[in-house]
Amino acid sequence: MSEKTLLLGDEALALGALHAGLSGVYAYPGTPSTEITEYIQGSPLAKGRNVHCQWSCNEKTAMEAALGASYAGKRAMVCMKHVGMNVCADAFVNSGMTGASGGLVVVACDDPSMHSSQNEQDSRFYAEFAMVPCFEPSSQQEAYDMVRLAFDYSETYHTPVLMRLTTRMAHSRAVVKTSEMREENPLRYPEDQKRWVLLPAVARLRNEQIIKQYAEYEEDSSKGNILSEGKAKTGVIACGIGWNYLMENFSSKPDFPTLKVTRYPVSKKQVRLLASMCESIIVVEEGQPLLEKALKGYLPTETEIKGRLDGTLPRTGELTPDVLRKALGMPEKEACAKSDVAVPRPPALCMGCGHRDFYTALNRVVKNYPTARVFSDIGCYTLGYLAPFHAINSCVDMGASITMAIGASESGVHPSIAVIGDSTFTHSGMTGLLDAVNMNANITVCISDNLTTGMTGGQDSAAFGRIENICLGIGVPKEHIRLIVPLPKNYEEMERVIKEEIDYRGVSVVVCRRECIQTAKRHLKKQ
Amino acid sequence: MKKDIILSGVGGQGILSIATVIGWAAIKNSLYLKQAEVHGMSQRGGDVQSNLRLSSDPIFSDLIPKGECEIIISMEPMEALRYLPYLKKGGWIITNSAPFVNIPSYPETSAIDADLHRDANVISFDSDQIAKDCGAPRSSNMVLLGAAAKYIEILDVDNLKDGIRNVFARKGDKIVEDNIKAFEAGYEIASKK
Repeated sequence: MSEKTLLLGDEALALGALHAGLSGVYAYPGTPSTEITEYIQGSPLAKGRNVHCQWSCNEKTAMEAALGASYAGKRAMVCMKHVGMNVCADAFVNSGMTGASGGLVVVACDDPSMHSSQNEQDSRFYAEFAMVPCFEPSSQQEAYDMVRLAFDYSETYHTPVLMRLTTRMAHSRAVVKTSEMREENPLRYPEDQKRWVLLPAVARLRNEQIIKQYAEYEEDSSKGNILSEGKAKTGVIACGIGWNYLMENFSSKPDFPTLKVTRYPVSKKQVRLLASMCESIIVVEEGQPLLEKALKGYLPTETEIKGRLDGTLPRTGELTPDVLRKALGMPEKEACAKSDVAVPRPPALCMGCGHRDFYTALNRVVKNYPTARVFSDIGCYTLGYLAPFHAINSCVDMGASITMAIGASESGVHPSIAVIGDSTFTHSGMTGLLDAVNMNANITVCISDNLTTGMTGGQDSAAFGRIENICLGIGVPKEHIRLIVPLPKNYEEMERVIKEEIDYRGVSVVVCRRECIQTAKRHLKKQ
Repeated sequence: MKKDIILSGVGGQGILSIATVIGWAAIKNSLYLKQAEVHGMSQRGGDVQSNLRLSSDPIFSDLIPKGECEIIISMEPMEALRYLPYLKKGGWIITNSAPFVNIPSYPETSAIDADLHRDANVISFDSDQIAKDCGAPRSSNMVLLGAAAKYIEILDVDNLKDGIRNVFARKGDKIVEDNIKAFEAGYEIASKK
């Protein structure tokens, strides 16, 4: 039975996956992808079917678990933000080599304009170099419909399929019409055992086959990508959500030729056909100029290719209907004048947050060590960089606090302090801590433990109840695993403990533990 | 017919509840709807906005183009200013006049007021106070929705009230009543202006 529901792009994709017979979603939270897994966690259908939806430690473990589920014939989905693709890249690229058995869909949510991210990387590049087909829906309805298509495609070609969303697609709502519900796949051991063992001799054969298949993907994409004829000097190729921003500026079908792209690799035949109808082409794509570069190449072309590289569209940042208007040479609409009075209002740590008390105490200690450096990490506590704390000196990637502290310490930086959250610690900090122990690095690791994954809205943390034992198991001496409770009344004790561990020559861990006030409020309400 | 609305405020002020109520009413009236929201980092005390588009015809863009927004509903006066380039000349700004000051360089009230009134029609009042006065201190957002109700046009007032009843139903009768009261108080104020 078909129903109409108002859904975020993320939720539409999640529901589409459930209706397509999903058996498990494997993910680590990350904006703007978090709501996909959360929707499945809250779904009665998923509960009834016992669909796996518990958070994984990180994107790599998620990707590998999903690959295992696919091996067993089940439909599995992996969800992450774009930088998560870096974490799972080893597993993802090699899943392209093994291929899939049960449908395997990898969802990467890119964040052009970096609303909540440290870079603007474009996940379509991963699909290209792993030689995996990529789907990019342009609407919530397409997100719902396409994920089923992606599972089917994955099972037909025995390949993972990458689905790419961007922030606006992920976090915008529209009404979605659902289609019929499908059963899950039964357990089915793979018939072709060999391709799962990527010894060089096997991998070489697989490589040949995948290169052949990749050409077929190109042919297939022309069935999904829509070419509309027209007569004008300039044609437009618009990818994903870029199509909406183009069409927003026209009340009826534009008179110039267009190619709407929702599937990659894009068919060369189709692009050549478009080029035969016009003299120049504007390439509209969210993120980096992947297709534009491919069309442009290194040598002059008969058709002029315009887009982000020649300034027709801004080089970076999210697309909007307005930048499309400008690119098409259409006049700006009359509007109220911009206000110079409004000042930026950057995000800040919540009032009453434990990270605040931790940074207050840390700052008081560190001010007595002018050569101290604080290497921090990804999470709410990165906001400790801003006023009034100015407490950290770095934020690079998940887990980099501990390992950068090691390198800096060995190069003479002292005190070398790492600040990492509980969830980030179990995501990518543990292996770094083992390095530190093995090298007997002179670093102080502060784990600011708020008992949750705070920045993305309070998801369960894999570290919950385990941090001290993990540190102990890794080999940090018991007497140098210290616990403090970040509250103003404890400042004196906190400062003493932090100072003692800074002065200890070797690896020490200061666990600074108090529940996130957002999740604490929620828990209180539930009681 | 279409109506493009920008909702603005500071993370945690309840703009998404306004969007949910309008969204419910829009679907009930078989309108097309797109609603872009802000999730993630900026929710923590930063500026937040939602682009809400209602139309009797299909909608392409999730984002409202510059100069096409007809109403800004803002939980905070300075936040309304941020979206002026999106507002049609002569469009409506319905804003709470109570500032949310969590930054050191917050501008003077007179400067904010001057920019609010420069090109737009403005209804500005302390919706926090009105919410407190009607015994529903957490419903400042519904006071503002009430004040904006007659400018939304594409939906009538009863649709929106039904929306409130539906969206808050799971929180109990008292919460529904409080929000309806807040909505009506806002509606009254706008009618007098």
